[in-house]
Amino acid sequence: MATTTTAPAHTMPREHYLNSTYGIRSWLLTTDHKRIAWLYLAGVTFFFTLGGIFAAMIRIHLLTPNGLLVSPETYNKLFTMHGVAMIFFFLIPSIPAVLGNFLIPLMIGAKDVAFPKLNLLSWYVYITGGCFVLYAFATGGLDTGWTFYTPLSSVYSNSAVAPAVIGIFINGFSSILTGLNFVVTIHTMRAPGMTWFRLPLFIWAHYATSIIFILGTPVIAITLLLVALERTLHLGFFNPVLGGDPILFQHLFWFYSHPAVYIMILPAMGVISEIIPTFARKPIFGYTFIAASSIAIAVIGFFVWAHHMFLTGESTYAALAFSLLSYLVAIPSAVKVFNWTATLYKGSISYDTPMLYALGFIGLFLIGGLTGLFLACLGLDIHIHDTYFVIAHFHYIMVGGAIMGYLGGLHFWWPKITGKLYPEFLARVAAVTLFVGFNLTFGPQFLLGFMGMPRRYHNYPPEYQVLNVLSTAGASILAIGYLLPMIYFTWSVRYGKAAGPNPWPATGLEWTTASPPPTENFEVTPVVDWEPYDYKNRPDLGLAAPVVPLAPAHGDD
Amino acid sequence: MQSQLPIYPEQASNFAPQVDSLMTFMILVSAFFTVVITAAIIFFFFKYRRKAENDIGVPIHGDMRLELTWIVVPLLLSMVMFGWGAVVYVDFRHAPQDTLDIYVIGKQWMWKIQQPNGRREINELHVPVGRDIKLITASEDVIHDFYVPAFRVKMDVVPGHYNTLWFRPTEVGRYHFFCSQYCGTNHAVMGGWVTVMEPSDYSAWLSSTSEVNADPVLAGEKLFAEKSCSTCHVSDGTGRGPSLHGFYGGKVRLADGSIVTADDPYIRESLLLPNAKIVAGFQPLMPSYQGQLTEDQILSLITYIKSLQSQPISGTGAGVIAAGKK
Amino acid sequence: MEVLAPAEALDIETEEGYRVHRTGELYGQYQTLEQQKDSATLGMWIFLATEILFFGGLFLTYSINRQAYGQVFAFSSRTIDLKWGAINTVVLIGSSLTMAMSVWCAQVGKKKLVTLFLILTLALGSVFLGIKGIEYHAKYVEHHIPGLSFDLYYCTNNPSACGLSGQALENEKIELEDLTAKAGGPDAVNAHSQLFFSLYFGMTGLHALHMIVGAGLLISLILQSLKGRFTPEYNTPVENIGLYWHFVDIVWIYLFPLLYLIDRH
Repeated sequence: MATTTTAPAHTMPREHYLNSTYGIRSWLLTTDHKRIAWLYLAGVTFFFTLGGIFAAMIRIHLLTPNGLLVSPETYNKLFTMHGVAMIFFFLIPSIPAVLGNFLIPLMIGAKDVAFPKLNLLSWYVYITGGCFVLYAFATGGLDTGWTFYTPLSSVYSNSAVAPAVIGIFINGFSSILTGLNFVVTIHTMRAPGMTWFRLPLFIWAHYATSIIFILGTPVIAITLLLVALERTLHLGFFNPVLGGDPILFQHLFWFYSHPAVYIMILPAMGVISEIIPTFARKPIFGYTFIAASSIAIAVIGFFVWAHHMFLTGESTYAALAFSLLSYLVAIPSAVKVFNWTATLYKGSISYDTPMLYALGFIGLFLIGGLTGLFLACLGLDIHIHDTYFVIAHFHYIMVGGAIMGYLGGLHFWWPKITGKLYPEFLARVAAVTLFVGFNLTFGPQFLLGFMGMPRRYHNYPPEYQVLNVLSTAGASILAIGYLLPMIYFTWSVRYGKAAGPNPWPATGLEWTTASPPPTENFEVTPVVDWEPYDYKNRPDLGLAAPVVPLAPAHGDD
Repeated sequence: MQSQLPIYPEQASNFAPQVDSLMTFMILVSAFFTVVITAAIIFFFFKYRRKAENDIGVPIHGDMRLELTWIVVPLLLSMVMFGWGAVVYVDFRHAPQDTLDIYVIGKQWMWKIQQPNGRREINELHVPVGRDIKLITASEDVIHDFYVPAFRVKMDVVPGHYNTLWFRPTEVGRYHFFCSQYCGTNHAVMGGWVTVMEPSDYSAWLSSTSEVNADPVLAGEKLFAEKSCSTCHVSDGTGRGPSLHGFYGGKVRLADGSIVTADDPYIRESLLLPNAKIVAGFQPLMPSYQGQLTEDQILSLITYIKSLQSQPISGTGAGVIAAGKK
Repeated sequence: MEVLAPAEALDIETEEGYRVHRTGELYGQYQTLEQQKDSATLGMWIFLATEILFFGGLFLTYSINRQAYGQVFAFSSRTIDLKWGAINTVVLIGSSLTMAMSVWCAQVGKKKLVTLFLILTLALGSVFLGIKGIEYHAKYVEHHIPGLSFDLYYCTNNPSACGLSGQALENEKIELEDLTAKAGGPDAVNAHSQLFFSLYFGMTGLHALHMIVGAGLLISLILQSLKGRFTPEYNTPVENIGLYWHFVDIVWIYLFPLLYLIDRH
């Protein structure tokens, strides 16, 4: 069960990407994808903390029906800024910009991404967008909801809408450039022998995500630009008084923002697809199906946006079409869940923290995804649209899913990124705490929603109080689950045990180089002649052959 | 008033049992899959835990039959969910013919409701039990949403649009309604109560005059003259615009040959975008009243035009097909 | 460190310890020149795909609004001088020709002609931008700039300021009166016309911005070409910036009919 062997303790390599050059300029002007990943780590952690503080204030405020903490105006700003910070500046960049940037070249055997300077530019664009948004937060805040529905956002709101939408607009280009970089890298920079179907599923997930980055983000960019123009120049695209249509805004907005949720979950699914084979020590079940389902989700995801608009008065025919398509997009996700579960069958399973996060992910994503089916159901949506049911649904996916995937990935690759091991026992405690706290926070919200409590409410009728108090109690536990990793990860960079190149061990190319890797990633360009997750044929990992003979080959890809 | 088991609101409309049974079905299916997968994970987690340090698992790459099964079965289940939900929704989106129409105007941060006889309420809605009720909603500013959890109905109230919703209350009582589309500072307190009464009580209430504003038909008639509508819409059909007597609710042939019903949205659209759907045989002469009429005033005009329904045209107009004729 | 590509020797290390690469030769992250070229080309195509979606949102908004307010849009569109738009179209298509020529010359090794054609492309692009400036100025004079005392009625009320007189002025007045009656009064007409011009400036402005960026890229290409940088073996930057330039041209080819030509009589 232990992850370290009784072999002699590992030592850190003498020179690696973290210590090869020193000084602030070498970090702020780096073109090394691994250092850029750290730059992003700093950024997303900052915005996560900010968004988390807003969330804490929201939950405390909702302890009593008449609101405990803040005025209605402030409350409305809190949930808006929580959404903006978390979605645009934490969830969307997190796994792709931190783990993706670090790992993609390593996983495919390349020295860097295709356009390293563009990569650095992406980070600066992200920071610039973030600064605009922080400026908006600091000077009047934002109270339109992260969805910026018009004409509230373009005409009636008195908050700092223009700088905020400009910040998000700018940030969009960071996504676009990252997506472009990833697609080109995956196409052209693979090492000899690394064919498409030998790629780790993490890569497939990021390829699909990048397609969404590239095709979806420009639309939100232009939409927000139009909102900013409408607000500052009093134009009338979305303002009915001047002949515009608020529903046009919703179509344009959701055309991006629905695929955006797949941007948030696909990378996490990629992480899970790496962790499970590693800690079950066998190939993933249904590799081709998992790879294909990532692409399917990205493609079908572009055709479901108006399921956010079933009750706007849109045509019944449109509603029928979008409901049907929303069910279709759920199928590939279901395929993944079944395949991950099947991978556990006849595995050799260990309880390491990454595995705990991965298994927690499957359970929570399952609930989140299934409740999505409730919302896609036209007859049910009439009742639960815009209630706490929706909030519970998307938090199960984004927190129970995406964030657990992110944390699981951070734990899994932490030894590679830092060369150090995090403290395993404490990490397991944190994982369990997080899981329990999360369910207590968001489980009751499904009930609240079905009971009729609308979302974005600073006050509520007294009959909803018990469930709200439960939810806040859960949030306090959840917060501990997040604070612990922040503390012990920081601790481990200095005091952690040296990890060695492949502590788990895992089969990817990234594990064949030192931990931390040298700046150029590999001493010699690797030539790949093995299938992914092929524990049986990797004697270099130092593991035994399976006792049970190989199952007869049928359905092999 | 809550139900005995506080996990769902009271069922007080025709839609409530439909929505609730759909919900039960979804919960059962979801619970089934959740239990099965969770049980499988936990079972595998313990049964296949690593025994020795260097153990590996048995490499099984896949199984086409399994893959197809777990694609096809969820697909079929999804189609059932889709179909069942669609049936309820289509019913909800198509109000029956003979409804009691009540106008609902949302504005930051209150609801103004107008009963058929003109009686107005603020943040209160009185309706008779057992009758099909249609709410015709309009917004004076931003997007709102009218939501009655006990009825399981809601609809966005969008400025620039008329959105309608319908329901049939089945239980006498008082039920919350909420605004459920974020609309600014006091979104959370922009709600009120729906009171469902016996039909006799409702009629009595309707005609009691605690605070009845001016008869909307009269208000509309006054506006009709003030805004010079009568200049073109001469009652005998000889004006430059079609006569509005017997117009409301009838079929209208448009200049492009299509036929539409002269309902509330049509009249509203004709006031704001007069050349969008011109009656056949008439010139596109009508000016737009965009920005010159509040939602209240538009309602008054519609109420007035509605009142002309039963007064037949004495003249003729090419495009106007009198109500009742095909 | 052993790497496959022999061109690795072209990496040089500065005193501070940073690796730099001489432009035109192999960059450090690539293994082969072919990989480098493939990456650059694929990158440009994907970038252009994002641009299609970017402009696409605007085009969609324009189409929807055109549908809703056809008459006001048609009238507003007719106030834009067709002559300049047509000249610009010819100029831009010409510049695409010269751009394509420079790519071809690079491919066959005519280095001096590469520079010449690049300069011609830049010149034609500048003419385009200059004419755009003339058009925008005209709109400024006529009070057709949204948010800046916009007034569609300015010209008929102040004909000398707009250079209108005689029969043209009379026609314009009649048309405008007619429009006002049909489209719901002067406030509605101004609101919808302002929508048209917002989209006009938005779309042509975004396009012009892309042209300016293109001009900057061309200057950089010209400077490199003067040093003889582009050969049959290495001309990727010319090809890729050519792709970008052609894309900007294609956007104009859609803009011109949509904004200038529909409902022109």
